[in-house]
Amino acid sequence: MVRVLGYFRDGKNFAEPVGEIELDADTEARIAELGISRRGLLTSLAGMASLMALPQSIIPAMAQTVVSPKKPSVVYMSFQECTGCLESMVNSFAFRGGASIENLLLNIISLDYQETLMAAAGAQAEEQLANATATPNGYVLVVDGSIPQIANSGFFVSGGRSGVERFRAAAQNALAIVPVGTCASFGGLPKADPNPTGAVSIRTLMTQLGISKPLINVPGCPPIPEVITGTILYYLTKGLPSLDSLKRPKIYYGETVHDECYREEYFEDGPRVAVFDDKAARFGGCLIDMGCKGPVTHNACSTIKWNQGVSFPMMAGHGCIGCAEPDFWDRLNINGKKGFYQRLAPGSFDD
Amino acid sequence: MTDPNVIIDPVTRIEGHLRIQAYATPAGDGGTIGADVLVASTMVRGVEKILQGRDPRDAWAFTQRICGVCTVVHGLTSVRAVEAAANIKVPKNADYIRNMMIGAQYVHDHVMHFYHLHALDWVDVVSALTASSSETAALAVKNNPTYKPNNGALPTAAYFDSIKNALNSGLVSRGQLGFFSNGYWGHPAYKLSPAENLLLLSHYLEALTWAREVVKLHAIFGGKDPHPNVVVGGMPCSISTNTGSISERAGGTSLNTAGLTIAKNAVLKMQQFVDQVYAPDVRLLALRYSDWAKIGKTTGNFLSFGEFPDPTRVKTELTDGAIDYPDGYILPQNVITSPNLKTLVGFDQSKVTENITHSWYSGSDGVHPSAATTDFNYTGPAPDPEISGKPYMLDPAVKYSWIKSPRYNGKAMEVGPLAHILIMYARSLTTKALPTDKLVKYYVDRWWSGSTASGGLGLAYEDLNSTMGRIFCRMLETKIIADQMAGRPAVSAAGVTSFTGWYNQYYANRTGKYFNPTAFAKLASYATLPDKVGFGFTEAPRGALGHWVKISRSTGMIENYQCIVASQWNAGPRDGASPPNPGPYETALMGHKLARLNQPLEVLRTIHSFDPCIGCAVHILDPEGKPLVEVDINHATRC
Ligand code: SF4
Ligand code: SF4
Repeated sequence: MVRVLGYFRDGKNFAEPVGEIELDADTEARIAELGISRRGLLTSLAGMASLMALPQSIIPAMAQTVVSPKKPSVVYMSFQECTGCLESMVNSFAFRGGASIENLLLNIISLDYQETLMAAAGAQAEEQLANATATPNGYVLVVDGSIPQIANSGFFVSGGRSGVERFRAAAQNALAIVPVGTCASFGGLPKADPNPTGAVSIRTLMTQLGISKPLINVPGCPPIPEVITGTILYYLTKGLPSLDSLKRPKIYYGETVHDECYREEYFEDGPRVAVFDDKAARFGGCLIDMGCKGPVTHNACSTIKWNQGVSFPMMAGHGCIGCAEPDFWDRLNINGKKGFYQRLAPGSFDD
Repeated sequence: MTDPNVIIDPVTRIEGHLRIQAYATPAGDGGTIGADVLVASTMVRGVEKILQGRDPRDAWAFTQRICGVCTVVHGLTSVRAVEAAANIKVPKNADYIRNMMIGAQYVHDHVMHFYHLHALDWVDVVSALTASSSETAALAVKNNPTYKPNNGALPTAAYFDSIKNALNSGLVSRGQLGFFSNGYWGHPAYKLSPAENLLLLSHYLEALTWAREVVKLHAIFGGKDPHPNVVVGGMPCSISTNTGSISERAGGTSLNTAGLTIAKNAVLKMQQFVDQVYAPDVRLLALRYSDWAKIGKTTGNFLSFGEFPDPTRVKTELTDGAIDYPDGYILPQNVITSPNLKTLVGFDQSKVTENITHSWYSGSDGVHPSAATTDFNYTGPAPDPEISGKPYMLDPAVKYSWIKSPRYNGKAMEVGPLAHILIMYARSLTTKALPTDKLVKYYVDRWWSGSTASGGLGLAYEDLNSTMGRIFCRMLETKIIADQMAGRPAVSAAGVTSFTGWYNQYYANRTGKYFNPTAFAKLASYATLPDKVGFGFTEAPRGALGHWVKISRSTGMIENYQCIVASQWNAGPRDGASPPNPGPYETALMGHKLARLNQPLEVLRTIHSFDPCIGCAVHILDPEGKPLVEVDINHATRC
């Protein structure tokens, strides 16, 4: 299994400096035509390759994609969401500016629909959506938020159309579907008990509607920015990554956050935090007794970390709440209790 | 009902899902929007319903997800509500850090709102691409003389060439305008020169880079952003005993030397960007579009719950708390009623009611939120015209939104930056004036009311109640808060001495406590909890935010949970009065003249000036009908 090596783990970028890289003549010509810096492009692609845990030999292929006369189209639709997923994606950054949101928006993809950022509104936005989704297999469909299963419940209507129909129409011509965030991937907060609006995940809705398309779940509440952009870039460059049974890319979700947590050293013999801000907390002891869900949560928080690698939940002192796992809001812990401060049930993970 | 001829759905560049329907007469270009206008939210999740029966210590994580844009404020309002319910006091450091996290939220949110959600209503991207780079460089040096985005130097013609080139090669030359597609480019209401357009557009791009730097503060104290971690009883972070880098052998926390430097730099970067870029850009925009100080006013009633307690007032750690000294709040807890925009009125929580006449809920109408009982009741039109065979159209005579209408003393109130600035200005005229109030008066008098010859806008104080006034007030409060975090020099003309800033105050106290060790134990002995409803409040970047929680004394779990949220005050529909009082958004839109009926740019300008946050505005109360009978008004009636 390929693992993200954690390019921030010891404060360094793990991509090697770019040596001589040969590009085909067409690509060279396009670079000149577009007036972009060859060196800048190659270093930024190296940053992106490391983000996707791919070798540098991928760079020429990536360069070809990036300078091609047509950028791949991404349509990003929002349903029952909180905008946290988009906020997170906007924080996206990679060493040497590779997958930074500016670079992504200007040079790498064509973000043809995204309600929070797009200039168009109302009728012009709807027209834009229709145009962007007109070509069969013409775009990657990114979705955040769950969708109420009953179309005419009124719990989600946009542009006069229910979530179900809006999604059905947009999914029709999509090349692949990428649910971003735990709401879209697994139902998330809206689906938490008692699921007042009958919310379902994108995968469930696709089954209901009989839509079969390549699907990559990118859970997290929200997901790590570089995991969102890295997954999209991976798909555009190399096609489907290797997925687990929950349709998550193994490169980012193959390990639990506990596996790579620097506090794992203290899991067995301590120190363990018993009360926030106690001696062990100031030392950075294991948070298992504070309800940490790290051992059952598959994500890259302890490797890629958050906000350009400056911290992650356990590093700042709070246990993992398990936000990338299905139904984490309702997980039953020790003594059958729900709660982020309840210890994991014994036997729910391998120590 | 006349068939609306202006429909905006989806309203984009906001948080959440919003629809506007209006009727303009005459029904063509140049028509004016009448009183039929309605603003509706068409998405609901039922977050409060999900909270019933949960552990009160977990509520913050649920309520954070009401909105990922103002995530910090919901989390902290929730922990304050639970702390109020169980009489839990938090240490000073927790209040310093909470102040900085909310403060960082304000600065990050307001700057991103201006550039990424609002600017395209005023900045014509297509015109920007025709700008002369050298002219733009000259303008940049004049407008933003201290801002050096060009590898640490002032921008030059070559710098603007490279920006135009990036836009051209990335978007235009490929015929893929992406997120800039289908904007109202070339609309007659755009007034900036090509160079002004390009300058602001360059800051749109620079602000993206800046934004992800400053949210690092949330990551250091809360582990990540969006949705950083907070905790009932203080903050979950602790100062690191290992001041060097963290490792498997040495341990440590993100509050080590490196982490605290990152937080400090974030605070300084916020202040710099506000002073060097955001404030001058807003003043430039306001000068060019000063006619918008006469458009988009609401009824002149304003409300603020109060925010930013002063931790230095705490007398004894863990027995009293900064939140108990509301007269030291930077944003006061007060009301202003029309037409007296300079007169403070005390806030009385018992005068708050929730109205559902025009909202898709059944239950009691016009009662205090603590006694309201409601359930989903969707009576709206069927969506999907291709299936229903009928057009989807909302009717202002009946129910039409998932947002409820809160009222204060029966009146619709505007909340948010405009309310904050008016209320601070009004307090500056009293004996309770804080230094920040005096600074607000100083800047409003100079930058807004001062003559254009002296660098002001020459506008009347009353004109702050307008579309442009909202933009100006948002910028001004951002400056006040950024300075409060980073520190500021004396402004003798305003009679204000220098201030060291919350970051430095916190830093001096960093080895102190972060968490009240008895907090969880108190909640565990739930049978002995006081029999009351906890009220937690903040002033969110978009205005007054309150959570109410009732903890069961037989299970220790949440019996009932309710929120009244900032955008709800502004975005709510008409109420049940006769004649009905429209919500502030609706009031503000009446009378807008549209140059092009099918390109309602003018409507977007005013709607965006409120910074809509619709995920926040929509929520539901307990459907089982468990009214909250007793309310702790302790924190609400002071000041
Ligand atoms: S997954 Fe979390 S961050 Fe994303 S939309 Fe859902 S609640 Fe918001
Ligand atoms: S239980 Fe949590 S804090 Fe402890 S080692 Fe695992 S992930 Fe880290």
